[in-house]
Amino acid sequence: MNIQSVTSPGGIDAWLVEDHAVPMLALRFAFDGGSAQDPAGKEGTANFLAQMLVEGAGDLTSTAFQERVKDIALRIGFRAGKDALFGNIEVLTESRAEAAALLRLALMEPRFDAESVERTRQRLKVGIARAAREPDRVAAAEWEAVAFAGHPYARPAGGTLQSVDAIMADDMEFYRRPAFCKRTLKVTAVGDITPQELGQLLDEIFGALPDDTQLPTLGAVGVLPAGRRSIIEMDVPQSVAVFGMTALARKDPDYMASVVLNFIGGGGSFSSRLMEEVRVKRGLTYGVSTSIAPMRCASVLKGSVATRNHLMGTSLEVIGAELEKMANGDISDEEVAKAKSALIGSYPLGFDASAKIANQLLGLRLDGFGPEYVAKRNGMVAAVTLADVKRVAAELLRPENLIVTVVGKPSLDAEHVAPKASASAA
Amino acid sequence: MLAPAPQTPVPERRGTQFKLANGMDVVVIPDHRAPVVTHMVWYRVGAADGPSHRSGLAHFLEHLMFKSTEKIADGAFPKIVMERGGQLNAFTSQDVTVYHERIAKEHLGQMMAMEADRMVNLRLTDQEVATERQVIIEERASRYDNSPNARLSEQMSAALYIAHPYRLPVIGWAHDIAQLSREDALAFYKRYYAPTNAILVVAGDVTPDEARRLAVETYGKIPANPAVEGRARPKEPPHEVVRRITLKDKRVANATFQRSYLTPSYATAESGAALALSLLMAIVGDGATGRLFRHLVVEDKVAAGASGGYFGGGFDSGIIHMQAVALPNRDLGSVEAAVDAVLDEVRQNGVSELELNRAKRSLRAAYTFESDEQEMLAERYGRALSVGRTISEIEGWPAAISQVTTDDVKAVALKHLDIRRSVTGLLLPESTRMTSSDNPTPKALGP
Repeated sequence: MNIQSVTSPGGIDAWLVEDHAVPMLALRFAFDGGSAQDPAGKEGTANFLAQMLVEGAGDLTSTAFQERVKDIALRIGFRAGKDALFGNIEVLTESRAEAAALLRLALMEPRFDAESVERTRQRLKVGIARAAREPDRVAAAEWEAVAFAGHPYARPAGGTLQSVDAIMADDMEFYRRPAFCKRTLKVTAVGDITPQELGQLLDEIFGALPDDTQLPTLGAVGVLPAGRRSIIEMDVPQSVAVFGMTALARKDPDYMASVVLNFIGGGGSFSSRLMEEVRVKRGLTYGVSTSIAPMRCASVLKGSVATRNHLMGTSLEVIGAELEKMANGDISDEEVAKAKSALIGSYPLGFDASAKIANQLLGLRLDGFGPEYVAKRNGMVAAVTLADVKRVAAELLRPENLIVTVVGKPSLDAEHVAPKASASAA
Repeated sequence: MLAPAPQTPVPERRGTQFKLANGMDVVVIPDHRAPVVTHMVWYRVGAADGPSHRSGLAHFLEHLMFKSTEKIADGAFPKIVMERGGQLNAFTSQDVTVYHERIAKEHLGQMMAMEADRMVNLRLTDQEVATERQVIIEERASRYDNSPNARLSEQMSAALYIAHPYRLPVIGWAHDIAQLSREDALAFYKRYYAPTNAILVVAGDVTPDEARRLAVETYGKIPANPAVEGRARPKEPPHEVVRRITLKDKRVANATFQRSYLTPSYATAESGAALALSLLMAIVGDGATGRLFRHLVVEDKVAAGASGGYFGGGFDSGIIHMQAVALPNRDLGSVEAAVDAVLDEVRQNGVSELELNRAKRSLRAAYTFESDEQEMLAERYGRALSVGRTISEIEGWPAAISQVTTDDVKAVALKHLDIRRSVTGLLLPESTRMTSSDNPTPKALGP
């Protein structure tokens, strides 16, 4: 795969993978900012703005804008992450010019018509009210509130019923103007387009953006309040737990070792230890998994599990014991070799569709890597040793590091379920 | 590591189909952009083919297929795939059970050997079965018991179909899951898992000739099993009454309206009706330009969201489904009245040329976007072939969509938006009181 660095006549950079197999273009981009920059009391501003960018721009009302989008079969969307606001389009080659014009309008001249703002506010509030009743969503939000207490990351990215009510069109404009600028813009493109055509397209879409931004820089989260366990009661038959701890920064020299460790522990689906112990041997859950989320101000290794209330204590006990074993060095050379082999062999699977490639590359750009990373990545995985993995496990997986939040009606005095026991069917 | 991108335009992807000597169907869709393949085995058997007192059996067996054979130890199947960098999963629907892997192309032969092995050599211990049953009970809790929306959907299916087994949940009722045994699973397996009843779909960096050679060496060695029976399912009687159900739950935040209509599917419809239904529901229900959204959300302001779609993939029938979430201060009666106004309008006056052309462009573009994603591409062929449709129908779909007229759309709206063939489901917060249980448009009071 050939990743080209393209600079437009107007000076906008992008990475391009040229591929004319399907007559379409996938474009991904991001601006620094995201929900962490929401003003206090107006949590959900970045998310609200992301929704409003397809609700009319320039001379086009919401309905007119959406009809134009439909007329050219454009897929367009915006999303607020914690550290960035993301945009994406997929468009057929024949409609590329019109898509660029619509995207430019959306970014530069969103309308914020009162009626569209109110309609979107209602939709967001319905989503918030619903999420507040879903145990997995509540558990994830509570985990962040506990782990990141005192930092903007602790706040709900989508906002609350109250904060969303407080957000006005001016607040979104106040966010948009400094955030949408050339300096922090990162673009990746994949598909049926030449470098020269992409250069013109970039200027058409982004050329009128201001150069710089005055977004404040956020401080690091600092040490997570380890050893916390919180329970939120909810009347559901199955409890959901989120568990996790601090992890390594994306550019830490041991980061790749932590990726291998995560794969062995809970990232590797059916080949992970947690899946083996909690699901396969004991039938305590349908799924248990972990992942590493390296963000600007913190990095965490986090997992979740859902188990019927009366057995949740057992699930958590089994998970805690397994993490402790790994922290104590109970990891074999064979496990490391297999995890590395899986991570290396699966890397190309993320590059078999235009949108997937564009997403992967945007992630690398946001993490501050160059296009050469793609060719070097498997070598970095291969270089990880058993000693590296054990060192990282000892540092990260100490049981006292764990932060656990549980939502449901769990009985946490673990009812013992032996491996392979044939527990009576409910 | 990755193949260089081709620099010249190539035509729309095409599938090549052939049959092995033992009756197994094979379709290969070359896609040489990355050195990976998607390998899928589609069994023409799903939840609706199980005995009605053992709901969930097809899905139960799908889980157990990850247990052992003589060659593969218990739990080793996924590990072997993953150690080679592959991804895998399986799913069960009413009509099919599907096993799939995505992996670097050099492992395709091994994936075929492993799938061929578990097609006929599965062995199960009571212990494995007991533990997996617990896993499925947890799966049911995650997907259904914890979600009022999912429970309403389940109850709506139970009400929509009078006799047909589509009325039973794919995962099974909890009391049926608790009874599923090793013997049930093995009997089902022996009856339905055979090359004659399976379709192999391979998409990715492979030629039809290479795929054929590998398939002959693996699947081709399994003897034909002509004893596999075709699908014989109870037929729906005429639908004569309107059905309405209400689910109240304290975990419902906003009252929600849902309606499903029983319709023909692509596999059962008379000429062109399914195409017209696809376009009808793109116009009525798709996104912010759909009529439901425009009327309920933008104009009448009774709902926070409203959408609908046509699901025409079924073997015995299709379904039109629509839903709307009421705004906090609006009752479901006004939501339902607005939905019915939209449907009455389209039944009486049909759709405009402008709307139809927009919907056609949108559906044709979706087909192109789907062609960009290898897994979706493989699924497109598997889904259609497993319910008896042909490759020329699949690949001719964008052209066929272009031929549909506004008259065709109006005709299917009139015929298939028939309230007697529908079920209406209301999801209400527990505190809500209804004015009258037999009121055809109940007024739900705000929470």
